[in-house]
Amino acid sequence: MSENRAPDTVRTIDADGVGGVERTQLQMITRRFLRHRPAMISLGVLVVITLFAFVGPYLWTWDHTVHREIPPSVPPNADHPLGTTTAGNDVLGQLMRGAQQTLKVAFTVSILGTVVGSLWGATAGYYGGRVDSLMMRIVDVFMIVPLLVMVAAIAGSVRGGTTWWAVALIIAAFSWAQIARVVRGVVLSLREQEFVEAARAAGASPGWIIVRHLLPNAAGPIIVAATLLVAVAILLEAGMSFLSFGIQLPDISLGQMIGDARTAASTRPWLFYPPGVLLVVICLTINFIGDGLRDALDPRQTMERR
Amino acid sequence: MTATDATNSEREGTVDRDDVVLEVDGLSVTFESDDGPLRAVREVSYVLRAGEALGIVGESGSGKSVTSMAIMGLLPRNARVTGSARVLGQEVIGLTDAQISKVRGERIAMIFQDPLTSLNPVYTVGYQIAEAVLAHRNVSRAKAMERALELLELVGIPHPEQRLRQYPHELSGGMRQRVVIAIAMANEPDVIIADEPTTALDVTVQAQVLEALNAARRETGAALVLITHDLGVVAGNVDRVAVMYGGRIVESGPVEEVFYRPRMPYALGLLGSLPRLDAGRRERLNPITGTPPSLSAMPPGCSFAPRCPLARQQCHEEEPLLLGVDEHGDRVSADVTDPAAHSAACHFSAELGESSPADLFRPARQGAGEGGAAEDTGGDRADTAPDPAGGEPILTVTNLVKNFPIRSKGLLRRKIGEVQAVSGISLELRERETLALVGESGCGKSTTARLLLQLIRRTSGEVYYRGQPLHTLTPRQMRPLRRDLQLVFQDPFASLDPRMTVADIVAEPLRIHGEGNGSARRRVGELLDLVGLNPEHGSRYPHEFSGGQRQRIGVARALALNPRVLVLDEPVSALDVSIQAGVINLLEDLQDELGLSYLFVSHDLSVVRHIADRVAVMYLGRIVETGTTEQLFGAPAHPYTQALISAIPLPDPVKERTRERIIVTGDVPSPADPPSGCRFRTRCPKFANELSAQEQVRCVEEPPELADRGSGHHDACHYSEVVELI
Repeated sequence: MSENRAPDTVRTIDADGVGGVERTQLQMITRRFLRHRPAMISLGVLVVITLFAFVGPYLWTWDHTVHREIPPSVPPNADHPLGTTTAGNDVLGQLMRGAQQTLKVAFTVSILGTVVGSLWGATAGYYGGRVDSLMMRIVDVFMIVPLLVMVAAIAGSVRGGTTWWAVALIIAAFSWAQIARVVRGVVLSLREQEFVEAARAAGASPGWIIVRHLLPNAAGPIIVAATLLVAVAILLEAGMSFLSFGIQLPDISLGQMIGDARTAASTRPWLFYPPGVLLVVICLTINFIGDGLRDALDPRQTMERR
Repeated sequence: MTATDATNSEREGTVDRDDVVLEVDGLSVTFESDDGPLRAVREVSYVLRAGEALGIVGESGSGKSVTSMAIMGLLPRNARVTGSARVLGQEVIGLTDAQISKVRGERIAMIFQDPLTSLNPVYTVGYQIAEAVLAHRNVSRAKAMERALELLELVGIPHPEQRLRQYPHELSGGMRQRVVIAIAMANEPDVIIADEPTTALDVTVQAQVLEALNAARRETGAALVLITHDLGVVAGNVDRVAVMYGGRIVESGPVEEVFYRPRMPYALGLLGSLPRLDAGRRERLNPITGTPPSLSAMPPGCSFAPRCPLARQQCHEEEPLLLGVDEHGDRVSADVTDPAAHSAACHFSAELGESSPADLFRPARQGAGEGGAAEDTGGDRADTAPDPAGGEPILTVTNLVKNFPIRSKGLLRRKIGEVQAVSGISLELRERETLALVGESGCGKSTTARLLLQLIRRTSGEVYYRGQPLHTLTPRQMRPLRRDLQLVFQDPFASLDPRMTVADIVAEPLRIHGEGNGSARRRVGELLDLVGLNPEHGSRYPHEFSGGQRQRIGVARALALNPRVLVLDEPVSALDVSIQAGVINLLEDLQDELGLSYLFVSHDLSVVRHIADRVAVMYLGRIVETGTTEQLFGAPAHPYTQALISAIPLPDPVKERTRERIIVTGDVPSPADPPSGCRFRTRCPKFANELSAQEQVRCVEEPPELADRGSGHHDACHYSEVVELI
């Protein structure tokens, strides 16, 4: 009897009944993301907003600038669905342009800040010791200096300080430090894990370990920080515009629209609520998408193949 | 001792219920979970009499701890407990928290595995013992403190007056566990439940703690429930044993009956899969195939049927009851309350007869798939083992030293001291041999392993691989050599990147060394097959595998680059017994097939005896004895080796109770401040008991060198003397 059993030992060991079609990693991540309902809805909404912001201006009659033909301070009507401003802008046209500029700034900041911050933090955390001390002191400097003071100092001397990319670069330069701190903290504990040592024993270089092991395992906190950064960037941009260092008239951003309309919220609500609601919706969708991404990237989330 | 007394008195008298202190009847525990109900414990019944010791053995997930937690009322809210448990006749299942608190501590006390988490770090040891006394007795605080002192003395803690005023972190692990025992016995309970009380401890300390536990029993007359996965601990310390599997008791009886005449294939399989200190080297282990069942998907019949070589139709359909068996294994219905009764839950217990584990669980060649070339080597493989004296040295270490700096806190991080992790050791690993590096935790064995692989930088000393110095290489120069020198880790959970698929993990070393995608993928298939895993499962993630399977993945990764030397850092110590045997067999097969040399780092002497050709024993950063496995286990010369060997519990009740013991006292000193002269002298039984004051001076002043006792057996003791222990 035992002779009969011997050959199929190999199979019995992992015959634990996990059937199903094998899939590639990317397919599985995609599947997990597709199943995350809030993330999928948010993604849909964000796509609509993006189309609205980038394609909308080509379809709509009015752009964001002042036009003599536009009657000032008119509430929403058939010609101007979101009304007009005192100066004679079409609010819908402004909203499209504003959303476009805000999205561009927010995503540029988020991507730049996250990439730079993650690499910086992971490198500091992986090497530890003196390298870590030095790199983190630099981070501290960036975190201590008040952003708006630096902006005021830099903006005057930067040529084209009012274009969206200049604004994005300035914000990114001061927000990567936050991400670097988060990532370094995570990496400090990850680097003690045996799988990192296993990679070293196999001959992996520090760069390989940081990119292949440390960053993927820190993906959760990184994504959370990146989504938060989007919201932070939008708010900072608004603040800068308000202090007349950000995107300047005649160009417009959501933050600027809100700032301009802050006293008009009760008297001319059509000026305040559209940009306000759009801003909140953008921040929310990005947070939900971040949640979905974080879960989809974590293979331990066993929503399938159990 | 108590065992024979208890059984004798029971056989004479009729079964009376007066001295029953704990009666568990049909106890079941179900956890509600997202995957449906998890039936952790099913219909467990047993009876415990005054002064008796019951051992509950089982692998992880068998429900042995949950049973006791249910009795203590310590389960979380999502647990549903049915059945009954009576302590001195009083039902404890279903009591409110306030009601059961009166029973806990007063009548039943529990000792947990981890003594660090079961003591409160912000109170002194004395305060915590006194508090346990005050909780159930109306005495003054001063009286309670007196009692605390008395208890500390009882459990064998030296200088109890000082210890009373210390905090838990100031005590060593063994010391803390003894404090926990003192707390448990504070109110002279009727039942003490000890849940893996020594699993987190070193063997020499384990012996001390078990001694303290026995002292506690003698003093209080309490009955003991000893829950453990270690069959050796059970053999020496209990009267009766119950074996749990898949949430049920599958066999129970007097310890000799169960160990010598098991009537359930699982119990037999467990005994067969255990590497034994008293068995010859390389006698092939007989692992139980497969893995324990998942609690959410229990097989309909006998839960062991999927892994059982005897299983037939009836086993898969009908769950066998726990029935008494007579000496022929025939099933008779016996009173479960009879302490001498031997019962088993198996339809075919009669067929087991006098079978040995080898008859039943014939070793099957793992990984003998398309890729494996070697034939089944069958039983003993000693004939294939290389001649220990022969073989070219492949890895040579001379005078290796590693000191870790202790730095001050703050910005400057000045060096304020040194941990002497490894203090001048020399080793020689030969072609195709297994050299075991043995020692307790903190002796520097894992540091040594990492020094050899240049994963940490040595302080001084030399490492040569095939005559080429490794210690002078830069990390970049070292990289190509890593092909030949690979590492397998202890923890199969932490050593695999959870974000990577198994195929990517195994292929990683290939990719690092520039192998193309196509050939890497082919090689991964071969490797998984070689270690006995299904190559089609490569696209899964590590968390989908069991511990044993993960360890196989770790081995596959280490083999990816066709190394010559594998450094194995405690490769089986995190695994359950039945799984461990399969991995050990796999390692042995791979060595034969691929001609590997192993440096096997372990604290487990039984495994070492089984797998190693030569052994080096380490203590506090020094090698104290080295020789072939036969020399070292047959004629240990250094007092530390002798103590280590005699501290390993044998899974054999009679041998375990009658063998000669050399007990070491105390704990391993701090490597930041090792003793002068011989580092073992502070714990050495020879130094303390046999040597004269003049002789002792030499131990204090002069560090002993490794000296040849002839035929390559070296030891580092000024007054070494061979003792036969097994």
